[in-house]
Amino acid sequence: MLTTILSGVAQGLLWAILTVGVYLTFRVLDIADLTIEGTFPLGAAVSVMLINSGMNPFLATTIAVLIGMCAGVFTGFLHTVFKIPAILSGILTMIALYSVNIRIMQDKGTVSISGSTVKSMLSDFLTGNFSKLFENGIKSNTLSMGTGLLTCVLIVSLLYLFFGTEIGGAIRATGSNKNMARAMGINTNAMIVLGLALSNGLIALSGSMIAQFDYGSALVNMGQGTIVIGLASVIIGEVIFIHKDHSFAYKMGAVIVGAVIYRTIIACALKIDWLKATDLKLITAVIVAIALALPVFKEKAAAMKRKRSNREVA
Amino acid sequence: MLKITSLNKTFNPGTVNEKRAICDVSLTVNDGDFITIIGSNGAGKSTLLNMIAGNVSTDSGHIVLGDKDITYFSDVKRAKFIGRVFQDPMMGTAPDMWIEENLALAFRRTKSHTLKWGIKASERELYIKTLAQLGLGLEDRLRSKVGLLSGGQRQAVTLLMATLQKPELLLLDEHTAALDPKTASTVLELSDKIIREHSLTTLMVTHNMQNAIDYGNRLIMMHEGRIILDVAGEKKKALTVEALLKQFEALSGAEFSNDRALLS
Ligand SMILES: Nc1ncnc2c1ncn2[C@@H]1O[C@H](COP(=O)(O)OP(=O)(O)O)[C@@H](O)[C@H]1O
Ligand SMILES: [Mg+2]
Repeated sequence: MLTTILSGVAQGLLWAILTVGVYLTFRVLDIADLTIEGTFPLGAAVSVMLINSGMNPFLATTIAVLIGMCAGVFTGFLHTVFKIPAILSGILTMIALYSVNIRIMQDKGTVSISGSTVKSMLSDFLTGNFSKLFENGIKSNTLSMGTGLLTCVLIVSLLYLFFGTEIGGAIRATGSNKNMARAMGINTNAMIVLGLALSNGLIALSGSMIAQFDYGSALVNMGQGTIVIGLASVIIGEVIFIHKDHSFAYKMGAVIVGAVIYRTIIACALKIDWLKATDLKLITAVIVAIALALPVFKEKAAAMKRKRSNREVA
Repeated sequence: MLKITSLNKTFNPGTVNEKRAICDVSLTVNDGDFITIIGSNGAGKSTLLNMIAGNVSTDSGHIVLGDKDITYFSDVKRAKFIGRVFQDPMMGTAPDMWIEENLALAFRRTKSHTLKWGIKASERELYIKTLAQLGLGLEDRLRSKVGLLSGGQRQAVTLLMATLQKPELLLLDEHTAALDPKTASTVLELSDKIIREHSLTTLMVTHNMQNAIDYGNRLIMMHEGRIILDVAGEKKKALTVEALLKQFEALSGAEFSNDRALLS
């Protein structure tokens, strides 16, 4: 049981990077961006293929992030320049990326990593330099957890600083009230493109990390359902931790914890005998639907309570 | 100075819904003019303001602000010179951001956005001072989300935001119409005070004829996309609501139809 939870937490921290990306579009920009279902495998495919060709995995990961950002820019252009609705723009890029990803992976559905990854390099580095600490080698989970946590902290810190700048404020204003942003001289189109680029960069990073730390390979289909997974994590984090007036950094922290909780739930669910791995998507959909419906239930309950107390007085 | 020459706008041209909203409108607004605009429903008042602000494109004619021909500038580019308050109190502020963050955005309206800090500690003093002028106690709530404010409070904040950096032109489109009468008159008084203090060149659309007479130094009446009356100075001060209605009927040959027009 403990190992199940630990592996859930480790995976959750890697997926949390994706969740932060989803949070940026879904909550900050107020756009449901489906590009990510293509960007996630894109990040994995690019880094795995580059690593297999002998490139330094850190460099390969960086390139994967940059290419992921390009995908976001593409969706942003479709949406802002050609006025295609955001959802449809995302779907178009996602579909296009499916073909692109297969080309990148040279017509294979799965490509395993052959070569050193960020994970193996970190592991070698740590066991080499801190041999006392890691006499028995490093557990895979521990390494994933440590790297995931470190990356999350780094990303949240950077984003926190970024959203405190003039451009960051302009992006938030664009998501909050486009009309007002434009009346304040903010180029909302540029801000939307920038926001989508940032988000998709994070999604590609998440895909790349999961390929290197968890799957050990890139899969053409690994993006399927990522938007719902991201939303589930965002919403779980919000429902449990966020009450209106929290600061931006706190909210992103909450969303990261949401990703960890979600992955842990899923990891535990997989241990239940009569559940199949393929039931995962159904469970996820149910979780998200319940979480999204929660405000309605709350309102219903409150209305019932009002009605009851009303009758008693009369 | 704002100089509009032979401005035209037709919506949905060549369809059954074709609508000539602005017909050959020319208008010169002098620096420091505070013009009130009245007219029946659908007269084209909002369209004219939207064309000046760049939210509605121009079919023909020119809009010159100061020494710039802004006819083909984007709305975003024009926002550097023009301050606006909309009719809908929800439209002028970012509800998910703090009061001080909204003001900080307004403080940077005339500049381009960089990676410098979005708000500096030194600015807060200015914001507290400006908010205190409202007399709404908002100076103690710099870190409240604007979404929590009432419509009147939001409209007052929007007004501050539109004028925090002195605009070359201020556009107010029935900005008190959605407020209750008491709040409306507070916001209107406040607008007048700010406009006088900074001698802002202003166009204010209102459905309240008495307000149109009481405020500003010049009054314009619109009907079916045209300016049919333009009075200023002593002649404007001498106007009454009855006289205005008579003038309207004589000039347009129609009855004044504005379901919201307050006759007192
Ligand atoms: N975006 C639009 N598309 C089509 N018709 C419009 C549009 N905006 C305004 N109109 C029409 O133009 C005319 C003038 O509208 P408007 O400027 O809003 O009048 P008002 O003087 O009441 O503010 C009206 O007949 C209106 O229906
Ligand atoms: Mg109007």
